[in-house]
Amino acid sequence: MAAITMKNIVKRYGDGFPAVNDVSLDVRDGEFMILVGPSGCGKSTLLRMIVGLEDITSGEMLIGERIVNRIAPRERNLSMVFQNYALYPHLTVYENIAFPLRLAKRPDEEVRRRVTETAGLLELTEHLDRKPSNLSGGQRQRVAMGRAIVRQADAFLFDEPLSNLDAKLRGQMRTEISRLQRRLGVTTVYVTHDQTEAMTLGDRVAVLRKGVLQQVGSPRELYEQPVNLFVAGFIGSPSMNFLPASVDGTSLSTPLGRFEMPGEQAAAAVGDRGVVLVGVRPEHFEDASLVSEDKRARGSIVQVPVDVTEWLGNELYAYVPYEAPADLAAQLRELSRELDSDQLRTQAVVSLDASSLIAEGTEAALWIDTSRIHLFDPATGENLTRDEDHAARLTRAAEPSRAAQRSTQQPTEP
Amino acid sequence: MESTRPKWPWIVASALILVWTIFPILWIVMLSFKRPGEVGNQKGFLPKHWTWDNYRTVFRTDLFTAALVNSIGISMIATFAGVVFATLVAYAIARLEFPGKKLILSFALAIAMFPVVSLVGPLFDLWRDLGLYDTWPGLIIPYISFALPLAIWTLSAFFREIPWEMEQAAQVDGATSWQAFRKVIVPLAAPGVFTAAILTFFFCWNDFVFGISLTSSDRARPVPAALAFFTGASQFEQPTTAICAAAVVVTVPVVVIVLAFQRRIVAGLTSGAVKG
Repeated sequence: MAAITMKNIVKRYGDGFPAVNDVSLDVRDGEFMILVGPSGCGKSTLLRMIVGLEDITSGEMLIGERIVNRIAPRERNLSMVFQNYALYPHLTVYENIAFPLRLAKRPDEEVRRRVTETAGLLELTEHLDRKPSNLSGGQRQRVAMGRAIVRQADAFLFDEPLSNLDAKLRGQMRTEISRLQRRLGVTTVYVTHDQTEAMTLGDRVAVLRKGVLQQVGSPRELYEQPVNLFVAGFIGSPSMNFLPASVDGTSLSTPLGRFEMPGEQAAAAVGDRGVVLVGVRPEHFEDASLVSEDKRARGSIVQVPVDVTEWLGNELYAYVPYEAPADLAAQLRELSRELDSDQLRTQAVVSLDASSLIAEGTEAALWIDTSRIHLFDPATGENLTRDEDHAARLTRAAEPSRAAQRSTQQPTEP
Repeated sequence: MESTRPKWPWIVASALILVWTIFPILWIVMLSFKRPGEVGNQKGFLPKHWTWDNYRTVFRTDLFTAALVNSIGISMIATFAGVVFATLVAYAIARLEFPGKKLILSFALAIAMFPVVSLVGPLFDLWRDLGLYDTWPGLIIPYISFALPLAIWTLSAFFREIPWEMEQAAQVDGATSWQAFRKVIVPLAAPGVFTAAILTFFFCWNDFVFGISLTSSDRARPVPAALAFFTGASQFEQPTTAICAAAVVVTVPVVVIVLAFQRRIVAGLTSGAVKG
């Protein structure tokens, strides 16, 4: 086991395009780190640089105490699970799992013991004699994991391992990976573009955009205290709504209506900016008729037209179209394209209580929890209302709970 | 195949083609069982008197047995060397980016297109100067160079089908490049290697032009060339039936190989058939 340290890592391709640009990241010993970002953000490239399948243009990569920039993959003692599993089709499941041990020329006795152990852990025992082509997707996935954990690697690397599975299996395997990682306590770097995987699996999540590291923190910190527009928009599903607002003293006038800034600190942070982007998460809206009196005081109520509603049983999504100034609308569209969502119109998605009776095509009164909104600089995308102390507290708070989870997952039997 | 259209046109067409192709072969087989005097008999497709005499004659002739040894030896060595070369070259072409890659491929293609006959003259002179004339290497070398392009093209198509990740996975698992190649890539490309080997073997086995031009004695003359030098059991007899018997003998290995490895060849020719 080892920590992985990246110092100013740059990957530049032949045409000069930097796929990964000046990324510095510390993955602590035993930590589960998620690399997340839209497609083409350089997350897989970064992972492949850790494992050594991709050259590092500049910067320093350390595994443990060792600089590995020029060390071949086979000498880095890492193990990797590939997106398409990359099982050896000509070998049985047993030999697939045993492959790294055979290469290391371990005695047969040890190979048998370790493979049997691993197979037991992953419930593959009855499939050991089969070929990968006869296995289901989930079983192949488990074989690939078996091959990764069978030898004592310093770290596990996962490259979107669940993206080839169907939704149900993905959920099962996700918990399986989480349990396994906690149990083995091995440093893990996991690349994904899936929201749920990013939020649920990782001790910390690193968000990348066009090869540049945006923010690293616990899932909760990313969700509640994003550093900029990109992270705010990327984390969370449906994603945060961004409303252009002109600043008028301490009140904000948005296409949905007028409301007060969340507090004096926010007003101070906004300074003399005339225009800001207001970020409101869908769940921070509520049907005004369902909000109690005292709660009402914490926020503002706006009258908006509701275009489409989607009732899902446990909640109700309502879509609220709005007009935005042309330049900001273009910027928002650009952002949504970058987030792989490619939204065509400017609209707010709000998530309401399922008992709400708001109907399509009507005007509705919505309550906005203004204490939870964020304000962004439209030019730089910087989050003006980020609370550093609170963010640090959130990440600190995550640690003991992870540690607790880890200790419960440790095998109690010898 | 589930099809509502009737199957019989296909059956008839296949039967026609089958007859068309099998007729000359059967004819040769029949001739090989006839007595020499019976060759001119236009009415009898089947021999009047079945006889193994021609085969006995063929195997008693030193000309043929020596040629058979030459053919087997030369073809096997050329195939082995050719396939080993081709595998390495094709792997490099499929996997590595290096200057001159296009050049090698087009060069290989150009060689394959080159009319063999036009090279025979210069080779004849060259081989005589070098002392390669009428020797095994004298045939093995041109065989390899003419079989290589086909083998390289077949194999590189195969290697390209194998997902990159296989090899990368092997490297991460602790394999050197050579181990990854030997333990993962070669087994996966086995059907391709096999196809290439069989095609190369056929090319060498069937060659006539080099065989007749670059040899002058039993030392290196392969069977197809030797057939032309056949005389009958006595000089008053036409050697036709004996030649036919010899032809059948050299065709048998080819047929056996094809039947034995039919599936592999088909798999090899149709696709890489490697599933990730």
